[in-house]
Amino acid sequence: MLDLTPKKRTERSNLKVNPAKTCQPIGAMYAALGIHKCLPHSHGSQGCCSYHRMHLTRHYRDPIVASTSSFTEGSCVFGGKANLSKGIENVFEIYNPDIIAVNTTCLSETIGDDLTEIIRATKIPEGKKVIYANTPSYVGSHVTGFANMAKAMVTHLSKKTAEGSNGKVNLIPGYVEPSDMMEIKRLAKLLKVPNTMFPDTSNVVSTPNTGKYEMYPEGGTPIADIVDAGNAKATIAMGKFCSEPAAFELEKLCEVQPHVLKTPIGIKATDAFVMQLLELNGGNIPKELEFERGQLVDVMVDVHNHYHGKKVGIFGDPDIILAVTEFVIDLGMVPTIVLTGTPGKQFEAEVSAMFAEAGLTDSVVMADADLMTFHQMIKETPVDMIIGNTYGKFIARAEDVPLVRVGFPILDRMGHSYFPLVGYRGALRLIEKISNALLDKMDMTCADEDFELVM
Amino acid sequence: MRQVAIYGKGGIGKSTTTQNLTAAMAEMGKKIMIVGCDPKADSTRLILNGLAQRTVLDTLREEGEEIELEEILKPGYGDIKCVESGGPEPGVGCAGRGIITSINMLEQLGAYTDDLDYVFYDVLGDVVCGGFAMPIREGKAEEIYIVASGEMMAMYAANNISKGIQKFATTGGTRLGGIICNSRKVDNEYEMLKAFAEELGTQLIHFVPRDNVVQRAEINKKTVIDYDPKDPQADEYRTLAKAIDENEMFVIPKPMTQDRLEEILMEYGILG
Repeated sequence: MLDLTPKKRTERSNLKVNPAKTCQPIGAMYAALGIHKCLPHSHGSQGCCSYHRMHLTRHYRDPIVASTSSFTEGSCVFGGKANLSKGIENVFEIYNPDIIAVNTTCLSETIGDDLTEIIRATKIPEGKKVIYANTPSYVGSHVTGFANMAKAMVTHLSKKTAEGSNGKVNLIPGYVEPSDMMEIKRLAKLLKVPNTMFPDTSNVVSTPNTGKYEMYPEGGTPIADIVDAGNAKATIAMGKFCSEPAAFELEKLCEVQPHVLKTPIGIKATDAFVMQLLELNGGNIPKELEFERGQLVDVMVDVHNHYHGKKVGIFGDPDIILAVTEFVIDLGMVPTIVLTGTPGKQFEAEVSAMFAEAGLTDSVVMADADLMTFHQMIKETPVDMIIGNTYGKFIARAEDVPLVRVGFPILDRMGHSYFPLVGYRGALRLIEKISNALLDKMDMTCADEDFELVM
Repeated sequence: MRQVAIYGKGGIGKSTTTQNLTAAMAEMGKKIMIVGCDPKADSTRLILNGLAQRTVLDTLREEGEEIELEEILKPGYGDIKCVESGGPEPGVGCAGRGIITSINMLEQLGAYTDDLDYVFYDVLGDVVCGGFAMPIREGKAEEIYIVASGEMMAMYAANNISKGIQKFATTGGTRLGGIICNSRKVDNEYEMLKAFAEELGTQLIHFVPRDNVVQRAEINKKTVIDYDPKDPQADEYRTLAKAIDENEMFVIPKPMTQDRLEEILMEYGILG
């Protein structure tokens, strides 16, 4: 497998080995699915669209629908205008979505197709909408694509239509699981905060089997709600990388006040989210929530010996692993390497600040890096555990350490669509996963005299 | 088969020179194909006596990928085979990709037959992206001639093109065969171009004087060879054709710095 990864790191340029990121359109497509009755449309060749759908389908284990401009050699030379215009017409006629969300691809970006002009010149049926985002994969990562599409929702849909606010708070959850989105909505409901969440993929990519195929499941943010987001009293953007651009766009276009927080993974980040909601909406912390938090604190005390002081390598998308890193530090673990494939100086600065505050002088943070580097860092400073997506399993196997699956994509385990990682319950689940992984490893490999019934 | 690419600044007279030169070669009995690599599709107008050609890309767009060679390859003066790659309207799509597509298409269709003595590529303006370098990529055209004049911008463009050739020359077999001067009656033009060519490490292969007969022939949709074979200007093109046919000097150019280029201009421009 990865037994031949050299231990010594050498300076590499113009070469990524096992990238820790994927294409912008994947993020854009996932975000677009979070609008009710939306068909994502990929403006480029068929292969792009197939890959994005396949990757999302493998992660969510639900059918992911999307259409494509199906570029030919001719469209590449003469421009993709005819394909997109006709494609939009056909999609409304045949698949009848309420809205089409167009993302570009490397090809259509490089030949310079002008989506604004093309879509303006396309006849869109009465009452239907087309929004679009530029998503060249040679810039940023899937995280950037998600952010661009979330922003496009605001740019093309949100309107300030009335004086004063509608009393709601916009919640932009970022690139998290449908289960996480449901959990964030549950927290807001417990705190009695009227809200609009967008995008919202719960019950779009985590649908029940009813025996009947629905192309457009019940979930997703209704278009009217995204339009009305312009009248909200504030926006909470969860995750700087995924959600800040949309929140800032709402401020720019509709003067809705933005609040950028971490993705609410872990006790500190969830506290910050809860306090922000209270600050915006007033009210008190309900008993139910106090109970959940109390349970979490209890568990942190009860089982800290399982993981305290253990070294962990973390990789994945910046918003998610920023919060995960904060939480594992709170648990008393030692993150020795925190790495993302997405470019981001800000990410490095924030994680460095966390290290400094916790006195972790030997820990390293890297952005715009790859998994070969991650592997080599682990060879240099061995860890007890890796936290990351499925691509980490090769490194975990080579180094004989457990992998706790967090992030996108998870292609070889289930659960992420149904059980959240955000909120106090999510934190509890993360502890369960971390703790069990370490104990399972211990049980499988320890000497007989160390084998314990009670741990 | 010798494959020759003609480059040069936009408007310098690449198409006119190429067609007159190939007409003179045809007169010598050579079998020739011209591949126009310009979206404007006007590289074969004088050979075909008008813009009669359907471009490869238009055919591809209208007929799909099942194209017959006869649809895009048309014989003209002296049995010269003419192909226009064509391209998108200004401002949309990707003209560079268009050239790649059409040259690949020509290869697939078997346009490069063994009986050809020469294939000429008439390439748009400067080398702006990978597509415009297609004729000199992958060992296609191994000979390049740059059309220039004594004007500053023409020489600047020629120097720039040399940078492109240098890059391809080090990885492939492409060489610069010489500079063709299409005179603009600039002061001291011959000496200036000669010095410029030598500085590049190549030669001024021929100095084509300016003559209004070229313009008259163009209005009549003909090359000078075709329109007035006895005119002295026709002999100039015959001399150029002979020089290229007998050329043995193929070099990797040594493009100069902007400062050096301006020095040459000063030296010869002011003296003249």
